[in-house]
Amino acid sequence: MQRGICILSTNIAVDARNVGKIYGNGAGAVTALGDVSIAIEKGEFFTLLGPSGCGKTTLLRCIAGFETPTTGTIHLSGRDITYDPPYQRPVNTVFQSYALFPHLSVAQNVGFGLKMQGTPASDVAKAVERVLALVKLEAFADRLPQQLSGGQQQRVALARALAPEPEVLLLDEPLSALDLKLRKEMQSELKRLQTETGITFIFVTHDQEEALTMSNRIGVMSAGALLQVGTPHDIYESPVNRFVADFIGETNFLEGEVEGGQVRIGTGDLLAVDLNGETGGVTLAIRPEQVSVKAADAQLSGKITEATYLGTDTHYTIGLGDGSHLVARVQSNSVAAFGVGDTVGIAIDAKAVQVLKS
Amino acid sequence: MAKRRAFDVTTLPGFTTIAILAFVLLYAPIVTLVIYSFNGGNSVNQWGGFSLQWYAIAAQNEAVQDATARSLIIAVWASVISTTVATMAALGTTRRGKFKGQTIIYVIINQPLMVPEIVTAVSLLIFFSSVKVATGYSGLGYLILAHSAFCIPFAYLPIKARLEGMDTTMETAAADLYATPWQSFRYVTLPLLLPGVIAGAMLAFIISLDNVIITEFVKSAGQDTLPTYMLGQLRRALTPEVNAISTALLGLTVLILTLFVFVTKKWD
Amino acid sequence: MSRQTPGRSKGLNGWLLSTPALILLLLAASGPLLIVAVYSVLEKGDYSGVRWILSGEGWFRVLFEKDIFDHTISLADANLSIFWRSFKLSIATTVITFAFGLPTAWFIATRPAKSRAFWLFLITIPFWTNLLIRTFAIMEVIRNQGILNTFLMHFGLISEPIQILYTDTAVLMGMTYVYLPLMVLPLYAAIDRFDFRLIEAGYDLYASRWQVLRGVILPIIKPGIIAGCILVFIPSLGAYVTPRVLGGGKNMMIGNFIELQFGQGQNWPLGAALSTVLLLVVLVSLLVYTRASSRDNPNG
Repeated sequence: MQRGICILSTNIAVDARNVGKIYGNGAGAVTALGDVSIAIEKGEFFTLLGPSGCGKTTLLRCIAGFETPTTGTIHLSGRDITYDPPYQRPVNTVFQSYALFPHLSVAQNVGFGLKMQGTPASDVAKAVERVLALVKLEAFADRLPQQLSGGQQQRVALARALAPEPEVLLLDEPLSALDLKLRKEMQSELKRLQTETGITFIFVTHDQEEALTMSNRIGVMSAGALLQVGTPHDIYESPVNRFVADFIGETNFLEGEVEGGQVRIGTGDLLAVDLNGETGGVTLAIRPEQVSVKAADAQLSGKITEATYLGTDTHYTIGLGDGSHLVARVQSNSVAAFGVGDTVGIAIDAKAVQVLKS
Repeated sequence: MAKRRAFDVTTLPGFTTIAILAFVLLYAPIVTLVIYSFNGGNSVNQWGGFSLQWYAIAAQNEAVQDATARSLIIAVWASVISTTVATMAALGTTRRGKFKGQTIIYVIINQPLMVPEIVTAVSLLIFFSSVKVATGYSGLGYLILAHSAFCIPFAYLPIKARLEGMDTTMETAAADLYATPWQSFRYVTLPLLLPGVIAGAMLAFIISLDNVIITEFVKSAGQDTLPTYMLGQLRRALTPEVNAISTALLGLTVLILTLFVFVTKKWD
Repeated sequence: MSRQTPGRSKGLNGWLLSTPALILLLLAASGPLLIVAVYSVLEKGDYSGVRWILSGEGWFRVLFEKDIFDHTISLADANLSIFWRSFKLSIATTVITFAFGLPTAWFIATRPAKSRAFWLFLITIPFWTNLLIRTFAIMEVIRNQGILNTFLMHFGLISEPIQILYTDTAVLMGMTYVYLPLMVLPLYAAIDRFDFRLIEAGYDLYASRWQVLRGVILPIIKPGIIAGCILVFIPSLGAYVTPRVLGGGKNMMIGNFIELQFGQGQNWPLGAALSTVLLLVVLVSLLVYTRASSRDNPNG
């Protein structure tokens, strides 16, 4: 992940180099961010994904200027902004709590950034009108934030951050306070706004589904480190380690040993998978939808210990001979339903299996 | 009436009766005072019908007029000064984490609340009498200074409470939207803090207007405020005129308190 | 919480912003207290004020007196009786206000949310009303031709007005009356935070109402009780206006005794020494309070 100092292309919006953040000092020091380097391209919808406390928000706050990194530098369009105060950075944030000014109307909230920059009042008014139209809130310009619903407040927060036309828009879990239906709506709304404005979006979330549906690229973080950066497809199909595989979607893990170009798993069976150059002890990551269940004998066999009907799909938990389990997701109408206790054959799509170092 | 009461965990035997009695006892004397201020008779001992005569007499009394003007001048100055410095102190001591000496600042600010007023009054008498001799100045400045200092904790507490209830993300958001620290204070912190500042100023005003002991000790000859004038009147008998002044002051206090409740409610 | 401000500058800003308030307070509140301590060890001036000569006379006269003829030293009975009266009346005021204050605070805290603000407001009005006015009000009630005596005589309970005004009883009634809100407010604050499910738990575990009060409620609201008692005891001990108006000059308390030294008595060192004593008693009470509340409430 280490990057060279020299960035040739001019299409990098945010370039964080070896950024680290340590709170406190001495024995009580807490490392919030290890040595993180990342380059986010202009016009990209980039998502920082990870569980809470993984450092994603700290990284975002370093980019916004609310925190100063302990080590490393942050460049914005080639300019070093590491020590610039937040009000000198052409970067705006949509806060998790929205942080709308309760004493200002919607229009005044949206125009706040431009007013602070000294934009003439008439231009501010025009910009506010334009941005409010963008988020479809023209009718609410004179309301106070507390007179709006959660979803509307969210849009105001978005409009306020977009109005000064920042180079980069930072979104700190902005959808977490919304209910499921509204969240889905806002996801496509955000995607639309990003495409329309062409502004670089850096989106922070712990919701893997949200990350997969919205992003051009995703950076998966854990314990202050960046584990993997890639397209949603890359991250889902080729996770670099067990953490990423486990965090993104459901995954079965089987421990095994490379033996003559194949992997011998705990049951003693050999599986022919793409080894990807791995040797010795390995972990096989298998998505539930890549496991199929048959009445007849197959590669493996096992006994169903749990069957959960989920509408279109049915989840079977199948006990293997060595005590390990596999979860299979099967379309409910594709095969005859099995019951708990049934002995079944299991087939695994070998090409889809990821081989990870144990 | 015969309805059986359900078991209520919040009820304790006799508590409601004592509480009602307490409210009655609290208000009966005040109501008596107010009623007697409208007494048409010439003495406090006999009811002579409803009349505003004592208000008219009080209003025409030059000593009362002077004392009222003096009370208001002092209260306005004291509330403005104490609220200003208390706002600054609240901004300095709140929302920035612990720092060295914070406790000392708290103790000094709240000191007038803890020290018996008579002790403060005596100490000011000693101090200011020397200063008066040294400078030759014996104007209202001493009273304004003493009242300002005494009112600081009363102004400080609501402002501090308001600040503590304010989210620091407001200022973070302002900084994110290109507001310099000064702009952030001017356009975000101050407007949000305003209800607390107004509340603090109102309390300081009431406290200054009501002060007796410190005023009694610090004032020079001929510097009576309304309360010290009333205390002086008491050397003779209780007069309906004093009742009228008391009722007027009481009315002002209730008015300011109602505004205070209104101001603090409206913004939340 | 923003961590952007480095530790040193935030302390500096804290001090800088507090400076105007601190200067005012040091000039016209805290600073002069030190002068009082100094004056207490100086020699009494001829007419008023002090002479700048070190002397223990002020402190000596707090408790003792010297016979002007034979110079024998004896305890100053007059002073002692004033101290005793102040202490006795302050304790009595604290106890009585608590007896009324606890049920009142409980009553307010258990009202429905809507009417609670109203009852609280009813307590706040006397709290912020001029002490002098409230003292006048109680005077109206207890004077010989006041409503209390009129009422009692009307119903034939007494034939002559009872002399209440200008007695210790009058001072006690007055102080109880003016300081009751000071007891109710902290008690209310404590009860308001009280989790009423604990009472349900108490009853569920077979406690009687009295046992619930003693075993559950009082221990939990103890910090509020201590705060209320201190808030009533301290101003009672230093009371000046109420004993002056209702005690009528004869039934002095420490506050009036101090005033006397700066007025007719013209003994500033003694007055300063008495003030210092009062200050120390208050300081000790506050220390006891801080200790007690920090022990009961490790988080607060």
